[in-house]
Order: sequence, then C-alpha cells, then structure tokens
Amino acid sequence: MKVVQSSRQSRVAGVAFLLLVLVLLTAPMWASRGHISLLIEFFYFLALAEIWNLLAGFAGIVSLGQQAFLGLGGYALFFVTMHWQWNPVLSLIFAAVAGGVIAIPVTLVVFRLHGAYLAIGTWVVAEVFKLVFSDINSLGAGSGISLPSSVAHAVNFGSFSRNTVLYCIALAVALLSILCAYALLRSQVGLELSAIRDDEKAARSAGVNSFRIKLLVFIAAGAATAMTGALIYLSKLRISPGSAFDINWTSYIIFIVVIGGLGTLEGPMVGAIVYFVLRQYLSDLGSWYLIVLGAVAVAVMLKMPSGIWGTLAKRYSLSLFPTQRRLVFSEEDLLPGQQTVDAALTR
Amino acid sequence: MSGWMDSILQGLLLGAIYGLFATGLSLVFGVMRLVNVAHGDLIVLSAFLALWIEKALGLPSPFLTLIVLLPLMFLVGYVLQRTILNKALGEDILRPVLITFGLSVIVQNGLLEAFSANPQKLIGGRLETASVHLPGGLMAGAFPLLTLAVSVAVIGLMQWTLYRTALGRALRATSDDRQTAAMMGVKTPHVFALATGIALATVALAGVFTGVRASFDAFSGPDWLIFAFEAVIIGGLGSLWGTLAGGITLGIAQTVGARFSPAWQLLSGHLAFLVILVLLPRGFFPRRVD
Repeated sequence: MKVVQSSRQSRVAGVAFLLLVLVLLTAPMWASRGHISLLIEFFYFLALAEIWNLLAGFAGIVSLGQQAFLGLGGYALFFVTMHWQWNPVLSLIFAAVAGGVIAIPVTLVVFRLHGAYLAIGTWVVAEVFKLVFSDINSLGAGSGISLPSSVAHAVNFGSFSRNTVLYCIALAVALLSILCAYALLRSQVGLELSAIRDDEKAARSAGVNSFRIKLLVFIAAGAATAMTGALIYLSKLRISPGSAFDINWTSYIIFIVVIGGLGTLEGPMVGAIVYFVLRQYLSDLGSWYLIVLGAVAVAVMLKMPSGIWGTLAKRYSLSLFPTQRRLVFSEEDLLPGQQTVDAALTR
Repeated sequence: MSGWMDSILQGLLLGAIYGLFATGLSLVFGVMRLVNVAHGDLIVLSAFLALWIEKALGLPSPFLTLIVLLPLMFLVGYVLQRTILNKALGEDILRPVLITFGLSVIVQNGLLEAFSANPQKLIGGRLETASVHLPGGLMAGAFPLLTLAVSVAVIGLMQWTLYRTALGRALRATSDDRQTAAMMGVKTPHVFALATGIALATVALAGVFTGVRASFDAFSGPDWLIFAFEAVIIGGLGSLWGTLAGGITLGIAQTVGARFSPAWQLLSGHLAFLVILVLLPRGFFPRRVD
C-alpha cells in the first residue's frame, strides 16, 4: 500500500490549468485594455482570497484585519520608491519582507486571543495602523499621496506597456499564492494544517505543534498580503489611509472565500469568478449590487455552508488541487487466502 | 488638575454611551457566543427609523419615538434570530460572523438607498446643550448625564432580568450548556430569539441616544461597532456591569488621549484596548470559561 495524493482527475485538471495559464499569459496580445485591467483586479482579489483561505480555512485563524498588511504593503511601496528610489517591481519584495517582519509583533498581541476575540483584535490592529499612517506626513498623512509619474513609468519594461507589465506581475502573484498554498498543503506542514482544520485538539494530541504552525502561517500571510497590497497600489497609483486600511477589503475577501468554499484551494477561484460576474452585471444598480452580494452571502452560508465549490466537491467527489492523502492498497497487501484487494481493506 | 478631572469626567460620560451600545452585544455574545457584526448597523438603522417615525407621526421629540421603536426593534430581533441567526449557531465562529457580515452590508446599503448619503441628526432640543454644575468646579452636559443614567438603568434592569426571573434563568442556563438546558425543557430557539429581541430593544435606545448626540449616516455602523466590541471584550464575557466598565475605560482612554492631541483620541482608545487585552486576555470580569 502507499499514500497517494493525486488522482486521474487531478492530473487532467493540472494539465487544463497549465493550458489556462498559458492562454492567460498571452492575453495582453488579444484582450482589450479594459479587460486586462479587470483581470489584474481579478488576480489580486484571488491572491488575497487564497491567502485568507489558508489562514481561516486551514489554520483556523479568522482575521478581520488583513487590510492592515494590505495597506502596509501599499505604503511600503510608496515609501521605497519615493524616498529610496527603488524600482517599483523590486519594491514588491520589500513590501513582502516588511509585511512578514511587522507581522511578528502583531502576533505577540493577537496570539494571546482566541476565536472571536482574535478576530476583533486583528480588526483593532488594522484600525491602529490606519490611525498611525494618518499621522505620517511624509506619506501624505490623512489625505493620502499619489505615486509620482517617474515611478509609474519606471514600471515599463522595454516595449511592454505599464498595463502589460502590471498584468504579468498580477498573474504571477495570483499563481504564486495558489501554487505556494498548494505546495504547503501537500507537504508535512500541510498535513498538520489539515489536521488543525479538522480538529485542533485531536491534532495537538497527535503531536502537532499548532501554535507554532499558526504563527508561521500568520507571518507568511502577512508577507503575502503585503506584497499583494503593494501590487494593488502600484496599479491604483494613489494611496490614502482610509482606502488602504478599509475594512471593506476584508468584506470582499470574506465574500469571495465564503461563496466559493472555505478550506479548499479551488473555492476562492470559484468565489472570485462569481464576485466579478455579479459585479459586471449588477454594477449599474449602484448600492443594490451590494445588497444582492450581501443577500447571496447570507443565502450561501445558510444553504450551502461549504460554499459553491465545497458543496459540489463533496457531492461529486471533485478535487482539482488535491491536498488529501489517500491510502491505496495493491496486490502485495493481500494476505494468503484473500482474493481481492477489497478484502484487504476489511482486515 | 481640574483639566484632568474634566477629561476623566467627559471620558466617563462618553463611556456611558459606549456601554449602552455594547449592552445588546454583550447579551448576545454572552448567551449565544454570536459575534454580531451587524450590531453597529442596527444601531444606525434604529436612528434612521427614529428619524422617520418622528416625521411620520409628527412627534415633538425623538425620545417619544421609542414608544414605537422599542417594540418594533424587539420584534425585528426576535424574527431575525428565529429565521436566520438560529441556523448560524454552532461551534464554528465563522458562520455567524459571515452571515452577520452579509446582513451588515445589506443594512448599510439598504439605508443608503432609502435615506441617501446625507448625514442626519436627531434633534434633542434644549436638552442637548443644557449643562449641570458639579462639585469641584466641573461642568457636565445634562444629556450625557441622562445617557449615563439610562445606561445604568438599562444594565440594572437586564441584570435583574437575568438573575431574578425565570427567563433570565433560562438565558443563563442556555448560555452555560445549551444541550442540557434543552433537555431540561428550555425551548432554546425561542430563548435565543428573546435574547436577540431584548438586545435589539437596547439597540433602539442606543440608536436614539447616539442619534441625538452625534450625526450619523448609512455607513457609521462599523465605527460604533468597534467601540461596542472593545467595551464588551475589555469588560469580560458574560458580565454586563463589566461591559459598562469596559465602555467607561475606553471612554476615559480616549478623552485622556485627546488631551495630548485631538488626533490621538481614537488611537489611544485602540491602544488601551490592545494593552488591556495583552495583560488580561479575558477582560476585567470574565464570568465563564470560553
């Protein structure tokens, strides 16, 4: 017998995913500018959702304060490009490092709390960040600051336009978030995370150091969210504390993850598609669009608590990015006298 | 010296209104462990409803709207809990958070559609600017003092309900152990719905008092919600007087911080919250094991 992670279904899905990525890579050649901008937004929301899903769905840390890192990443970008004249693309790396480093003192406060207290604690931390950045005059204080055009143009790479370069970065960030999460979940740490997701006490009794893992996941999530935040504000070109540290970032991320399916890698992808489709078709309705979004979230949580993907996956045994480990028996496991492998299972 | 005393007094009075916001949240959090993210938006909803009722019925004072608003919000809470929130309860804290997040967005945007984005205010008349002389040369606003009195009265009433009535016993039992309470004959869906109804009645009060005190608009909810949460958490889960104490602590932290710089008011409140939470993760007066 052996432990197997992939299946035929997942191998087919893997190939399909690769093809999809190749198609997306060529998009700047055939898609309109508007569509490219939409895709950039789609990619960064997807990245944010995958990170939050890892945090809440696997590590069990419900954070209502990821916007703290998002804004931090954005400001890190503005600081490093304006005051140190770094290349904007390299600044994304700086933002990731800044996010990870700042996450450490945040964990000292936040990890003393649990459950709902932790959720509110993270929100308060984000508010503190907002108020602190509103006071920093060199970064625009309360009214915000715009990226100088020299920096905005520094994103151009040879003959590729700014939009194209941003698109490639956004695609890279989204892919990184999905693939890193996938790699993590298929590793030993991932096994421990899945155990924590299913039942933390049982996992701890089996020897999983859940505190240390949650700490690592939180710091990694902080770094990844900060990097995504830097990308977001590189594309928006203007940052202010009110927008960068807005709780609404978390609202949208939560909607995407919940509607898609918490605790699965494919869920946020489905959720992001649903969110953007709703936005395209309902945005003319103004605030009714948000009312519908809220109603959809409530309805999905009541009727399909595992989300759209989660419910479909359970129903039809789908797993495109399998993170489960399955035990597969073979002929060698048969005891003398047993005819079939099925019999081996009932030993 | 009197400058500091004055700040502390103002902080106390500010804290009274935070305590009033937080009472309903504390009840719902304490009895059901339900994190109601829509709580702040429901306070704003009450304030808008008070405005509408006042105009519709031609009432001379917003406080009179409470005659209609209190039972109305109680009913809203009862129905909300019975139809939607009861299904959200369980071990997982995420489901109620997500459902109430959805509700919060619906309420905020519904209010925006119904009442437009203009900030509104309830007019309390002369009461708003009247002041009272206190010993030591301090002055306090009559309206904030009234708010303090109402907060204390409401919490006293709720404590009495919880500890001296059969309903209160049922609430406490369900909060301690839902399954056993159900086995003892407590109709838990009904009890939960009553708790939410009572909580929303206090929200109606909070809405009217806050609406008179400050202006509000469709999106003011989350700002108030965060103060309510901070008050409940600082005070400790399960303790209503603790919630008031938490609110007052928050209020004092804010006003004392404001003495150094007006921009620091909110920040000092949040920092005080984080510091207290690091030192006492379960708040001042935690009453039950979480």
